[in-house]
Amino acid sequence: MTTTRSRTAAASLAVLALAVGLTACSSSKSSMSSTSAASASSASTSSAPKVTGTITVFAASSLTGTFTDLGKAFEAANPGSTVKFNFGGSSALAQSIVSGAPADVFAAASPATMKTVTDAKDNASTPKNFVSNTLEIAVPKGNPKNLTSLQSLAAPGVKVALCATQVPCGSAAQSALTAAGVKLTPVTLEQDVKSALTKVELGEVDASIVYQTDVKADGGKVDGVDFPEAAKAVNEYPIADLAKAPNAAGAAAFIAYVESAQGQQVLAAAGFKAP
Amino acid sequence: MIATAAARAKRGFRVPLALLLPALLGLVFLVLPLVALLIRAPWSAMPSQLSSAAVWSALRLSLVCATSATAVSLVLGVPLAWLLARTEFPGRRLIRALVTLPLVLPPVVGGVALLLALGRNGIVGRWLDSAFGITLPFTTAGVVVAEAFVAMPFLVISVEGALRAADPRYEEAAATLGASRLTAFRRVTLPMIAPGVGAGAVLAWARALGEFGATITFAGNFPGTTQTMPLAVYLAMETDPEAAIALSLVLLAVSIAVLVGLRDRWMS
Repeated sequence: MTTTRSRTAAASLAVLALAVGLTACSSSKSSMSSTSAASASSASTSSAPKVTGTITVFAASSLTGTFTDLGKAFEAANPGSTVKFNFGGSSALAQSIVSGAPADVFAAASPATMKTVTDAKDNASTPKNFVSNTLEIAVPKGNPKNLTSLQSLAAPGVKVALCATQVPCGSAAQSALTAAGVKLTPVTLEQDVKSALTKVELGEVDASIVYQTDVKADGGKVDGVDFPEAAKAVNEYPIADLAKAPNAAGAAAFIAYVESAQGQQVLAAAGFKAP
Repeated sequence: MIATAAARAKRGFRVPLALLLPALLGLVFLVLPLVALLIRAPWSAMPSQLSSAAVWSALRLSLVCATSATAVSLVLGVPLAWLLARTEFPGRRLIRALVTLPLVLPPVVGGVALLLALGRNGIVGRWLDSAFGITLPFTTAGVVVAEAFVAMPFLVISVEGALRAADPRYEEAAATLGASRLTAFRRVTLPMIAPGVGAGAVLAWARALGEFGATITFAGNFPGTTQTMPLAVYLAMETDPEAAIALSLVLLAVSIAVLVGLRDRWMS
């Protein structure tokens, strides 16, 4: 009696283990099959001039404004297509791509973050630089502390928010500061460029080192101060389609659109420079 | 006889398969991520990962801030719970809902709200800055404020529950014997609800230790001043997942140690 019962218990445990194993297998299988189905369907549509379906683009948060506009224009030019964006710090995006996040395109704010993806061989094509971006000092409207240079940021009583060196805006700011020979203790190291800028906008800090495009995109809520050392810390933005892209044709089309004359015009209007 | 009784007792404990399966699946679901953390941990690199001063400063800051936030919650939260449980006043139900709001509010929203209230340009923070030269964002005190904001409701709920379960007649008896209301609270009520206060404090401490959203939004992120363990884990994950795993393990170990050590004593 008891042996039967313990056998039942063992059997139910085995069933459970099997069930867990099977769900794990089947879920990975189904995601794989849906991926291949999606790429198959996109392959069949690639012979047609227009792409359809959802294109998932992972893009650096400094591209938020321009890429949202580009996405809308792309959707208008390609009826039946939807561009979905995941904006964030380039490093976090690169990590989630390497961890298997389903994305078609990755646009990073630095070659270093793109390297995370290419090192893992998660890119389908060689990344191409499509724009570059220069740093600027963002200060609250009217520049109340009269900050005019990187050196002035190091003055006592000046609160500065920098990006963490793990993200591109932070490493670029660090190379600019090094080039200027300025040693600076910020009050915070923010996780992406937008949150560093927000701290200026709210007046919680007196300055931040962000991209020119972010100051411009902020619509006059903060002022930008140019500094000469920015020339030594220009950030190149690479873009690539991804090896496991569910919509490979869409990815290629979107990258072509970003590199096209219209795409470059939108980016230039936002303050991005040619690579 | 004895054998059949034992069998009957066993049969009484027999778990139906329909309950056992989901229960075990639930257990696997909750434990599997932790197991993954242990399996993927860079054990050989652990000593070098953990010997860095940055890790210890983040851990120390986490422990100090969580404990301070719990202290703040005790000082402010126990009287608040008493007010909610023992007095009648108009709008009490609304106040109760507001007190527990941080439980359901996304922590990032809490951080934004704290900035608008206590930031350098906030409605109260502006005055703190001009009158006393105190600014909370980007300071360790700011971390404590952010953690207390999200953790205090846990304490208030536990203590209020304990107060409602405790018989108010003991306090009334104390009052008839000449004790003031404050004395009755201190000498009669507080000892009665001590387990509830302890449970609430442990919950609040654990919540404060894991706080991320409100902290990074309100207090920022700077090593040694405001970078607690969860923030260090998040930023390490951007570039160095191995370091993030190592840091996560430390936080996991501390949390388990505290829960195992205190749960049986305070939460039965």
